[in-house]
Amino acid sequence: MSFSKEMLKGIWKENPVFVLVLGMCPVLAVTTSAGNGLGMGLAATFVLLCSNLVVSIIKPIVPDRVRIPVYIVVIASFVTIVDLAMSGYFRSLHHSLGLFIPLIVVNCIILGRAEAFASKNSIMLSIADGIGMGAGFTLSLVILGGIRELFGNGTVFGFNIFGSGFEPVLVMILPPGAFLTLGLITGFINAFSTKRND
Amino acid sequence: MKEIFRLIVVLTGVCVVASMCLSFVNDATKDAREHQDRLELLNALNMVLPEHDNEPDKDTVSLTGTDYYLSKKQGVINGVAFKCSTDKGYSGLIEIIVGVDTGGSIIAIGILSQKETPGLGSKIDEDWFKDQYKSKNLDNAKWKVKKDGGEFDQISGATISPRAVTLAVKEGLEEYKENMTTILGGSDVVQ
Repeated sequence: MSFSKEMLKGIWKENPVFVLVLGMCPVLAVTTSAGNGLGMGLAATFVLLCSNLVVSIIKPIVPDRVRIPVYIVVIASFVTIVDLAMSGYFRSLHHSLGLFIPLIVVNCIILGRAEAFASKNSIMLSIADGIGMGAGFTLSLVILGGIRELFGNGTVFGFNIFGSGFEPVLVMILPPGAFLTLGLITGFINAFSTKRND
Repeated sequence: MKEIFRLIVVLTGVCVVASMCLSFVNDATKDAREHQDRLELLNALNMVLPEHDNEPDKDTVSLTGTDYYLSKKQGVINGVAFKCSTDKGYSGLIEIIVGVDTGGSIIAIGILSQKETPGLGSKIDEDWFKDQYKSKNLDNAKWKVKKDGGEFDQISGATISPRAVTLAVKEGLEEYKENMTTILGGSDVVQ
């Protein structure tokens, strides 16, 4: 397994959102705009990268029976660091993501990668995996948020796309819009990859 | 026995290192967070207070449980702001900031935080709703929503939230009126 291969798999073949369908709670809840999706994605990527790195460093000294509590402590520490830093430097983003920042602790992508990948692979590969999975997660959230913001509010990253005559489809910003968009994208990706495999 | 010892040492060690890192980050970001808190408060105060040349977040009178922020122009008090909150809304706490003139009439109110139903109760944060409290005081208004025989518009589909806001603001005004002499009397008084 090479560095670049580990990195790329997170973006397409094993995309955590559209293919593995992990961590759905923040995916559905915060993607009301592309900006929120990007903020959440970057925060999760930071935690994922750091926890993968630390877990793969300390794996020789961590006994099997306490590995899960140790991983949780590592992950929770990085999440708290993100929470404190965001509250100090990006207050409005911190407000709009709200509770979902501390909830990164229980995002199953992060514990999943620590347990399934970083605890079994070398430091370099774990970094690659963290970056790849984080990028895949961020990209998915930006796409979801972008589509919902475009139809629900007529803007993308706050820029007006459709002009002032556009009547926003409010349902796209509300929770059903998240399920609709996620379902359609996952469907397209499944159709595309089955065709290619045939 | 040896095994359990190893588990304890590793887990304790990881926790100690983690808490050391966290206390370091906490200290490093403390100033930035306090600065942001202050900006937020000042922003809210500017929303509900008249033009002033002092720093209202530092010019406060603290009475039982409530801070009164004084707005001064050339040393003369021209307005007071205070926070009030209620748990009688539809979900969670509604925090409100109220700015009044020295006579006790409302200059403006602002919603600091609320978790009401999006699209229904959350409309208490819309301008048309907040504006109806302008220039109202305890004597010139009936402090109820229209449905209860008062004069404040409820929101169709959500009566609970406006009712809670109206009651909270009214109680805040009453408390202010009771303590008005102390508050306008000048320097910091703690009762």
